[in-house]
This record gives sequence, C-alpha cells and structure tokens, in this order.
Amino acid sequence: MNKEEDFEANLAGDEGQSEESKSGWFRRIKKGILTSTAEKKETPEGLWTKCPNCNFICTVTELRENIFVCPKCGHHHRIGSAEYFDILFNDNHYEVLFENIRSKDFLHFTDLKSYQKRLEETWAKTDITDSIRVAAGDVKEHHMVIGCMDFDFIGGSLGSVMGERISRAVDYSLANRAPLLIICKSGGARMMESAFSLMQLAKVSGKLSQLTDAKIPYISLLTDPSFGGISASFGMLGDLNIAEPGALIGFAGPRVIKETIKKDLPEGFQRSEFLLEHGFLDFIVNRKELKEKIATLITLFKG
Amino acid sequence: MPQAKNRQFLDFERPIKELFDEIEKLKQTAEKTKVDLSDSIRKLEDQVTEKRREITQHLTPWQKVQLSRHPDRPYTLKYIDKMCTNFVELFGDRNVKDDKAMVGGFAQLEGQTVMMIGQQKGANTKMRQLRNFGMANPEGYRKALRLMKLAEKFEKPIITLIDTPGAYPGMEAEERGQGEAIARNIYEMMRLKVPVICVVIGEGASGGALGIGVGDRVFMLENSWYTVISPENCSSILWRSWDQKEKAAEELRLTPDNMYQFGLIDSIVPEPLGGAHWDYTEAANLLKPKLVETLKELHQYSSEERIAKRIVKFGKMGFWNEVPA
Repeated sequence: MNKEEDFEANLAGDEGQSEESKSGWFRRIKKGILTSTAEKKETPEGLWTKCPNCNFICTVTELRENIFVCPKCGHHHRIGSAEYFDILFNDNHYEVLFENIRSKDFLHFTDLKSYQKRLEETWAKTDITDSIRVAAGDVKEHHMVIGCMDFDFIGGSLGSVMGERISRAVDYSLANRAPLLIICKSGGARMMESAFSLMQLAKVSGKLSQLTDAKIPYISLLTDPSFGGISASFGMLGDLNIAEPGALIGFAGPRVIKETIKKDLPEGFQRSEFLLEHGFLDFIVNRKELKEKIATLITLFKG
Repeated sequence: MPQAKNRQFLDFERPIKELFDEIEKLKQTAEKTKVDLSDSIRKLEDQVTEKRREITQHLTPWQKVQLSRHPDRPYTLKYIDKMCTNFVELFGDRNVKDDKAMVGGFAQLEGQTVMMIGQQKGANTKMRQLRNFGMANPEGYRKALRLMKLAEKFEKPIITLIDTPGAYPGMEAEERGQGEAIARNIYEMMRLKVPVICVVIGEGASGGALGIGVGDRVFMLENSWYTVISPENCSSILWRSWDQKEKAAEELRLTPDNMYQFGLIDSIVPEPLGGAHWDYTEAANLLKPKLVETLKELHQYSSEERIAKRIVKFGKMGFWNEVPA
C-alpha cells in the first residue's frame, strides 16, 4: 500500500511531501562519505526513479516506456496532462484549447502568501498554465476532447479557470459532436477563490446536462488522487465513471475522516478497488489498456 | 424563542446579558420592596434593543459565523413551523435509511403546496447528536433528491433551507458515496422542472450546502455565511494551524454582503434586530413574503426557460483573465 500522504498540503500551493521524504534527508545512518572518490560515477540527475509503492528502482526511460506504470508492482505513477495526451492521442498529435484563460486573484486572498504571488511562482516554475489542460484530437478513429488535470499546479485545485475551461470543452464537444473525457487528479477546491470555486461544481454540472440532452457521451477517469469538489461534481457524473488501479478517490480526505471518527482507516479505504466494490465505478482500467478501452467504449456508444 | 432566563449569549453579546441581569435584579427588587421600578426597567429594555441594533451593525466576518451558529438560532423545522401550514414530514431515501440531519416534506405556504427541504440541527446536546450537527450522510442527500423528484412529479415548487457545517466526513459516508450523492443532487437540481428557491439560513459550508443549493434564486439570511470550506478547516489547510479562523473568515469573503456583491446570491433576507435567535416568529415573517413573492415571479416562466436560465446563471460564476493568445 502507498505511504499515507497529506495531499491537502498541495492545495496550499506547495509541494506535498510524504512523511518519509520530509524527514529522510537529515536522517543519516553512518557518518561521513563512505564511497571512495575513485568509485564515484557521474550520474545525471533524474535518471533513476524509485517506485513509491514497492521501492523498485528503474531508469526514467524504462518507466516512461512502460507508460509510468511500475514494471514490478504495477503501481501507476502520478503523471501530468502531457503524458496522458501522449498516451491517448494518435501520434501525440492534438490541439490544446483555451490556454488563454488564466487565474486571477480577484479576491486578493492572502494566507501565508498572496494568491497572486502563488500563481506567479507556479507559472514561473512550470509551463502549465492552470490545473487543467483541454485538448482536442483523435483517439484511434474518434475525434475527442479531453480535459486533464495537472496535480503540480496548486494540487490540481478546482477554481474558476478549471470551471471555465471545462465549460468551453463542453461547448467544443457540442459543436463538434465530440465525446468528452475528463481525467481527474485533484486534492479539491481552490480555497483562494472561496465561494467562486464552490460554484464551479454547479457551473460544470449545468454544462454537462447540455451534453446529456445532446446525447454525447462523457467519461470521467478518476486518477490518484481525486477528492472534494471533483468527486462531488463532474468526477462522479460521467455516463461512465472509471478509475486507474489503486487511486485514492473520495469526498472527504482521509486525514479529515480520521480526525472525525478518531480511528485508523482500514487498508484500501477510498482506493479504486474499494469504490468498485461499493458500486461507484463502472470498472478499473490499467493505464496500458486505457486508449484501447476508451476507443472501444466510444465505438459502442456510436454503434 | 427561548425564555429570557434560558438565553445563551456569545462573547460579543455580553453587554446584553449584563442588561438582562440588571433588569432581573430590578424586577426582584420591585417585587420585594413593592416599589414601582417599571420606568427604570423600560429604560433598560430600550437599551437592550439599542444594543441588539448596535451589535449587528459592526460584526466581523467571524462574528457573523458565530451568530450563524448561535445555540438559540432557529433551524429548518422552526422556519417551516412558523411559515407554513399543513406540514407533513416525509422520511427516508427508499434505499438505506432515514437521515435525521436532512428533513423535508410537503407543506402549504400561503395556501400553495410547496416541498420544504433542509438540513436540521438539534437544540440541545441529545438532539444535536441525533441530528448529527446538521451534517448529512449520502442518504440525506438522496432523501432530499427523492423529495425533489416527488415535488417535480406533482409540479410543486421546492424551497430548500441550507444550514450545515458540511456533509458528514465519515467512513460509512464514503462507502455509500458522499461525493456521488452530492454530485447527483447538483446535477438533478439544475434540471428540475419546477421552481426552486434556496435559502442559506445559517451555515453554508461547501458541497454539503450546494448539495441542496442549486436553484432559480439563492438567498442568504443576514447572519449566515456561505463558502467552499469552513473557516476552521481553511485555517488548518492554508495556515497549517487552527488559530487563524478569524483571518480565514475574512479572507474567504463569506458574508451575505460579499456574496451579493460577487453576484453569487440574489438577495439578502433581513433578520430581527440582533439576529434570528431574538424572535423566531419575526425571523419567519421576514423570510416568508420574500418566498411567496419570488415563487410568483418564477411561475411566470416555463420550465424550459427556468432550466435554461439556471444553467446560464451558474455558468456565469467565476473570474479569470483572458490573455492574448
């Protein structure tokens, strides 16, 4: 099982760190550098990667070839929209839409930092412009529009931009009669947008009802993690709700539940398999079969 | 309304408590000494009224939150009792159980049948537990949806009264799909063929509130709040401490005034001087005409028009920049 992670920390706009990585760097078992200089090899940074689930070490290239699924234990590594688009769209060919819609610190919200500063810092760090990217392209023989969240952008938090980009994705779907897929990966609401972020749940649900009337299929793919406003709206409103294996999915985060009931949570609680068991998923899909499965489903909807 | 001697006071209501104590003392003296002190008592009572006015004029956002949680505050069933006739409470989600944190049923409002739905809190420790502090489980949201669908079938308008610190974050709630239940309600409410009015009467926290909060019109009572997270939880996540709730309440802009300015709600409903807990009947009397009048207005439209307007209304919510491509 995965180490417990406080993914809510990401909603504060900082990198979420597991307990292990927080304390690991200063815990030294033996003092001094033990490797002799002669044995030292130059290794470019980021070449190796360790599976957070089984500690299996392999090269990033190897992992990438395996579409970020651990070759040993099958753990689905957390990936971003670029990777999902690469997996799904034919020849990695797609058009990114609505990138011009950007977050704004309308409320002048300041916690430990101002929202504006957080946004600017995040934009400086990455070329991702907000917590969801929308793209249109072909998945096998089907023209589709896909919205995919990026957890690296303030924890994939749901704010006005996500709401508006999805709304426009729905408009694109309607105009082109293209099925919609949303890949969820979010810790929840963007609190710096206060009630505006809450109202995105209603906004997007209203737009989805237009897809219903037009009989255009909408699939929600839940990946690790999918929480809060995501599961309380479009994440659970797919014609089909599917998930990657082992993904943590729920309304309230595990930390909050633990504090409420004052008990430890059972193993596997809120994982995809748990949701499937309780009847809230249509099926669980391995990332390697994702494209095939999506294409087959769209064929079935159309046929 | 609680008897004067059973009243509970928030910190910033202390000056009123002191006046009450003085009045009580004077009354006892008057009784003992048989001296007529009614003039002094009346003066003090006027001061109470003045204090009630004064206090609510300069409330901080956090004080509004406190007022919305005032232990003497009227809850959903109280409003139904004071505003409606022939209320028949209906129970259960036809699936798992009856959720005591969510109540509802048919009633008449000025002779017109309506479906009243809302979260219910308890007035004392025992009842608070029974009502789960107004935190509904998935079956509560499904019960609400069942009642809404029933109202839709018989073409009766729906009025929801929102008062919740949030949907219940429990293990069973997750097992039974808390997220799905709320999502389904939001989606279905958007498509209801009958008029829907939602009123935040106390706490409006997050998805738990929005789960019965999608309507043609959304109102807030003067001393209520509505936002994406409670100030306490916001403080714990963004400030990494429970101590910044006052600051969080300010930053979240959760007051009715703010929400109205932002265009996220349609109207603010006034409360009795000092808050709804001072006079339940008056509180209901201030809300009722607003509901009656709004229903009349909503009945002018066809159901298709109402649904289309609803989608546009919520569709406009949000703020962003559009940068040149």
